[in-house]
Amino acid sequence: MCRLSQEKVVKITTDVDTLRSEIKDKSVRVIDVRREEDYKKNHIPTAVNLPLANLLSDDSPERVIKLINSMGIDDETSVVVYDDTFGALASRVAWTLEYLGHSDVSLLDTTYSRWKSIGLENDNLVPEVQTKEHSLKLRPEILATSDYLESAKEKEGVILVDNRERLNFLEQHIPGAMSLPYRTLATQDKILRPKEDMKRLLDNRGISGDTEIITYCGSVGTLSGLAYYALKSVGLPNVKLYVRSFKEWKGLSKPTEKQEEANYWDLSAE
Amino acid sequence: MYFEFYEPKFPISKIYNRNQRHWFVLTLSNLKQHRPKSRKGKINWARSQEADHFANTVKLYRQGKYDADSFRRFRLQHGAYGTRLTSDYAMVRIKLPAGEIYPHQLEKLSQLSEQFSIGSAHFSTRENIQLHWVVLEDVSEIFRGLAEVGLTTREACGNSIRNVMCSPLSGVCPDEEFDSTPYALATARFFLRNPMAQNLPRKFKFNFTCCEKHGMVRMVDVGLIPQTRQQEGSTQKGFKVFLGGGLGNKSFVGYQLEEFTPEEDLLFTSMAVVRIFDRIGDRKNMARNRMRYLVNEMGWEKFQNLVLKERAIVRATQSVVTRLNVDDTPNEIKRPIRISDESGSSNSDGYERWLKGNTFKQKQSGYYSVFITLEAGDITSNQLNILSELIQDFSSEGLARCGFNQDVALRFVHEDDLPRLYSQLLNAGLAKSGALTMAAPIGCSGTTSCNLALTNSHRLAKEIQRKFLELKLDEDDDLRDSSIKISGCPNSCGQHGIATIGFFGGGGRVGKDMYPNYMMQLGGRSDGETMLGISCLRVPAKRVIPVILKIIDLFKQNKKPEDDLKSWIRRVVNGIDDSEIKSMDDIKKILTPLITPPSKTDDPDFYSDYGNDTSYHTKTGKGECAA
Repeated sequence: MCRLSQEKVVKITTDVDTLRSEIKDKSVRVIDVRREEDYKKNHIPTAVNLPLANLLSDDSPERVIKLINSMGIDDETSVVVYDDTFGALASRVAWTLEYLGHSDVSLLDTTYSRWKSIGLENDNLVPEVQTKEHSLKLRPEILATSDYLESAKEKEGVILVDNRERLNFLEQHIPGAMSLPYRTLATQDKILRPKEDMKRLLDNRGISGDTEIITYCGSVGTLSGLAYYALKSVGLPNVKLYVRSFKEWKGLSKPTEKQEEANYWDLSAE
Repeated sequence: MYFEFYEPKFPISKIYNRNQRHWFVLTLSNLKQHRPKSRKGKINWARSQEADHFANTVKLYRQGKYDADSFRRFRLQHGAYGTRLTSDYAMVRIKLPAGEIYPHQLEKLSQLSEQFSIGSAHFSTRENIQLHWVVLEDVSEIFRGLAEVGLTTREACGNSIRNVMCSPLSGVCPDEEFDSTPYALATARFFLRNPMAQNLPRKFKFNFTCCEKHGMVRMVDVGLIPQTRQQEGSTQKGFKVFLGGGLGNKSFVGYQLEEFTPEEDLLFTSMAVVRIFDRIGDRKNMARNRMRYLVNEMGWEKFQNLVLKERAIVRATQSVVTRLNVDDTPNEIKRPIRISDESGSSNSDGYERWLKGNTFKQKQSGYYSVFITLEAGDITSNQLNILSELIQDFSSEGLARCGFNQDVALRFVHEDDLPRLYSQLLNAGLAKSGALTMAAPIGCSGTTSCNLALTNSHRLAKEIQRKFLELKLDEDDDLRDSSIKISGCPNSCGQHGIATIGFFGGGGRVGKDMYPNYMMQLGGRSDGETMLGISCLRVPAKRVIPVILKIIDLFKQNKKPEDDLKSWIRRVVNGIDDSEIKSMDDIKKILTPLITPPSKTDDPDFYSDYGNDTSYHTKTGKGECAA
């Protein structure tokens, strides 16, 4: 992840040390997507707050562009997003920025709790931000709608990935989906596995090359947002997020599938 | 340790450690604030290259370049079992030789269960930990993770020498002659990946124990109890060796090979038995080819002679020195240092109850073994992490031992620490009482994941445990030594044959309507007076709890002062009791009204199994025990 040698296209995550030096150089806009009250207590220095709930309350492109402008982000701004929810909420915000045409956005490679637990700097100052103008160039190629998904599923070679937990998947899922729980994507202290590890894991699952891959999860595309970045992190070029996910799919009464004739829930000690 | 940020401009920070008087580079990993390094096992059971090999073989199989039968054998040999009615998932069985598990291994299992399984793991009856509903393509990733902590799944399934068990009390039991743990570990080490044990006619099991009371040496292919004898003024170590026992569709009690098997003959005896089984065991009839059938068909005396002769040959024909690598340097016993001084809740009612039902006073003065009962062996990934921390904070030997009852024990806990341990177990949901009593039933995996299951035995065990604890039956001394064990089909993974009250699953029928039904067996035991339970009658799943409670009731009414449930049932099944209930027939008569099926309109719940809303029907796939 050395910033000097990297080519701009494949920066999925930013490591702690890089972010700290970028903050010092004032060359980055940091977005904290936790709840406002958590942000107010303390956050990474210079971070602005965009709670995911705020974004989701109306994520029409017109409104989100306004939010982006108000955070002082223009087309050239380097953005790093973080959360305290294993990267899933941050992923959903980062993906939204990408969808609206922002190209320089990455995820902090760890969570805020961990940032703090290793004694790194934080404060409760709200930075003064000068509004900027961001263009709007939607990238529909990274979005899957339910209609799109329904037709894509019929195509040869399209892979549909379900990122909910295994038991939820067994209970009900979109027909033909493959189960890849979000926990599988992370390590103990990083929101995503190292590239080689991730690549091997996905290769084993037959996910490689330029296959079209669509990710989905339970409701708003957070877990599957993380999976979107996991897949991107190994250089897979054709990944889409079904952002309205299983909640919408069920709401539309579209077909689902179940692992029948087994009482797997009774194996859980939860 | 005193930290101070030195050079904030540096991409990575440097820290000055005043204790050690040097600078070191601050990275994420060395900032982890942890307990002192936890103890690690002496033996690395893993071979990391097996992960790659497995991953490649799965790919070949999926591409159709590996036939299904060969693949199944390969998969089982590597410890991945099939899953109920699907080829997409596997169950990964991790062997814990002698039941030993270390803190860092539990941490890893916690991660793996969360990443690749269902967020829970399962302690089995044979000192394995199982991860269920794993995507077949992810199995190799689990192997990789296990190899990092020295664990293996190799030969955990298939026609091989399965996990070598040892009593969780070996080393602490007041009645043992010596600790058999090092011998169990050495035996496991000798046979693991050993060419002589890669293609046996069928699976093969070793159990070591501490004494007659705590163990299952007569219910296994080779069972071993340590014993000593005086010879020419010195004490000689050795074993009582039992051969040819086993539980299954047809169960047999093992025979003792000879009066005394000296320790130097242990390996030769084991090798001789394995070689005989390999040579003349039945490779055709998979349903009846465990070694116990061979012993039964041949007759014990003939088999015994064969073993003794074979042993002489084995002993005489080793071209190199072949011996067990027994490492009997004792584990260091070091009471963990207290950092905080919070006190536990020794005054609460729960504590006394837990103390009575879950702890065992060791032969080492001041120390206890603490048993943790898990509902049918299931534990969450979070609890696995907590368990890892509790071992480090409380066990003076720095590891845990799996029990025989889908449970786990922390040993060498100092008596002064028990209240604090209790209170931490309580916080973690790990302080269910009655671990060493009848209130801790066994349930095999049943229809939760097994291809052969006919009923949800797993859930039934949980339901019984909840009811027993609700009624505080764990506190009843008369029930303490009894047991309840449940299998979801006539095979014996739930060990129903050696339970005081045992059940195995099947289907019952009223007209065209089916309901889940269990055959109940009474009077089984696995101690020095081992016997198999005698079939009593079929009990519908939804009547199992009332029937058990009724039996307890009958016992209370008819017991003699010195009786416990176990001794009373023993007289009844042998037809020699002189109270109102003289025999099994008397019990049947009293229980019959309880088991009469209601009509489906009166009680639709009767016609569905635990964990299901829909009507019961049977559906099974192909078993792999015999594969």
